[in-house]
Amino acid sequence: MTLQLDRTDFAIIADWIKPGSGVLDLGCGDGTLMAYLKQQKQVRGYGIEIDDDNITASVKNGINVIHMDLNEGLSEFDEDSFDYVILSLTLQAMQSPELLLKEMMRVGTEGIVTFPNFGNWKSRLQLSLGGRMPVTRTLPNTWYNTPNIHLCTIKDFEELCKTLGFKIIERRAVDHVHKSSLGLKLLPNLLGQIALYRFRRA
Amino acid sequence: MPDEIPADSVGIVTPATAHFDQPLSLTSGGVIDAYDLVYESYGELNSDKSNAILICHALSSNHHVAGYHSIEDTKPGWWENMVGPGKPIDTNRFFVVGVNNLGGCYGSTGPASINPDTNKPYGPDFPIVTVRDWVESQASLADQLGIDRWAAVVGGSLGGMQAIQWTIDYPERLGHAVVIAAAPKLTAQNIAFNEVARQAIRTDPNFRDGRYYDFDTEPDRGLRIARMLGHITYLSDEAMREKFGRDLRDEKIDFDFDVEFQVESYLRYQADSFIGKFDANTYLLITKVLDYFDPAASHGGNLTKAIAKAKADFLVVSFTSDWRFAPSRSREIVKAIHDNDLNVSYAEIKASQGHDAFLMKIPHYLDVVSAYMDRVANEVGA
Repeated sequence: MTLQLDRTDFAIIADWIKPGSGVLDLGCGDGTLMAYLKQQKQVRGYGIEIDDDNITASVKNGINVIHMDLNEGLSEFDEDSFDYVILSLTLQAMQSPELLLKEMMRVGTEGIVTFPNFGNWKSRLQLSLGGRMPVTRTLPNTWYNTPNIHLCTIKDFEELCKTLGFKIIERRAVDHVHKSSLGLKLLPNLLGQIALYRFRRA
Repeated sequence: MPDEIPADSVGIVTPATAHFDQPLSLTSGGVIDAYDLVYESYGELNSDKSNAILICHALSSNHHVAGYHSIEDTKPGWWENMVGPGKPIDTNRFFVVGVNNLGGCYGSTGPASINPDTNKPYGPDFPIVTVRDWVESQASLADQLGIDRWAAVVGGSLGGMQAIQWTIDYPERLGHAVVIAAAPKLTAQNIAFNEVARQAIRTDPNFRDGRYYDFDTEPDRGLRIARMLGHITYLSDEAMREKFGRDLRDEKIDFDFDVEFQVESYLRYQADSFIGKFDANTYLLITKVLDYFDPAASHGGNLTKAIAKAKADFLVVSFTSDWRFAPSRSREIVKAIHDNDLNVSYAEIKASQGHDAFLMKIPHYLDVVSAYMDRVANEVGA
């Protein structure tokens, strides 16, 4: 995955997580977020990763990392095993985002999802006026080599949550340096580059 | 012989023998009154004795994990890729112990040893041992070496099963278990292969009900077939294709039953180099150790319950082309561990070599183990 979250996003996610919780981090990358949550919030739990180098890096970062393909679901985990299941900047690369979201809500009490907002004005402009598939700072790949096969907008995601019967507890939209602003609060789908959600079963 | 001992080898090593007079009560109900365990150690035990690593061996290997027995030695120990100065299990930081298990044929008490009751080799009278019994005897060795707690118990294949058993039987006596290319129990197919191997040995006319020592013969034919069969299961179809394909030893087919294909030559070579080195009764015994391993059995088949008392952190590793103990078997172990909220990391290594991959120099594999063992070393201040 070429996308990167910086510490500001980790701070938002960390803010949402109660100390001492059980956490499952889907697509944990090099384990930075889990290591941060372990240190800041004394969480326990596991990161899931499929990339070899990321697995080694996660072990180096001192977290529990489990090699697993998220496209195969989370059947290895029992129902309600975790307080939070995190999916940061990975949803858009999944074969079936719907299935994975359902799985998240099966094994966890709350879900935290972050994704690049395709409804951002830059993407809209590139497609509507430029007539080309958008390439932006948060979505740097071209259409033919992108791992991001299921892009969505803030509106799309919220509709899916409704369909799946998820209750959104919190939403943040941030720009590419992961800062929030009044504009982002008023027009998240237009201005937000990355969307962050916390939700639970309704 | 290496021209000179490589700098990242533990170098010339000498085995030692530990003797135990405390009778060992076995899972089978039998008792061994006294026994020897032969072992090797590399590196220095630190002052608080916290940096000790136990390496558990698989079916046909032994205590000679790393290094050379002499400068004339043609091959180093079986896990030279893993153990040595600067290697994943770094002998500059850890005190590493390799032990030949009870029932073995490399110096530890086994079927070829003299039974004090008869003054003859035990042969078939040597009691059947289990992974639990091995762990029990390894714990006695730890006592004798003054090691209260292993920083880690590490093993591949049957060795990994011993590491799992350690976490169940002595949860306080190890910090970490590194379980590589293992399974929580054998499948019917695994047992079937073992049974064919046993039948090959037991139906060899020279087997003589296991008392072949008395006749100065050995069931070489049976042991050869058992070993050839074993080697087929250690390699993947892909590895065999890469290594041998349908290559012929002499460019043309001879239309006879002599060695023609390279793969036949390989199997015969493996068989030849095994006989005379390995005791057939030990082979029978250890296949039984494998068959009987099933820690979940006493918990209604529930592995999660079986390891509920474990306290160790785990690293579990599997290899994609291993069909003897496939990645799905390691996943069963991983699930049982995280169901108990214990710490576990799991890596599935892309490898074409089959079950044997755990012995090989595969960069991602060695990197993961190295990263993990670095954590272990930091924890114990080694």
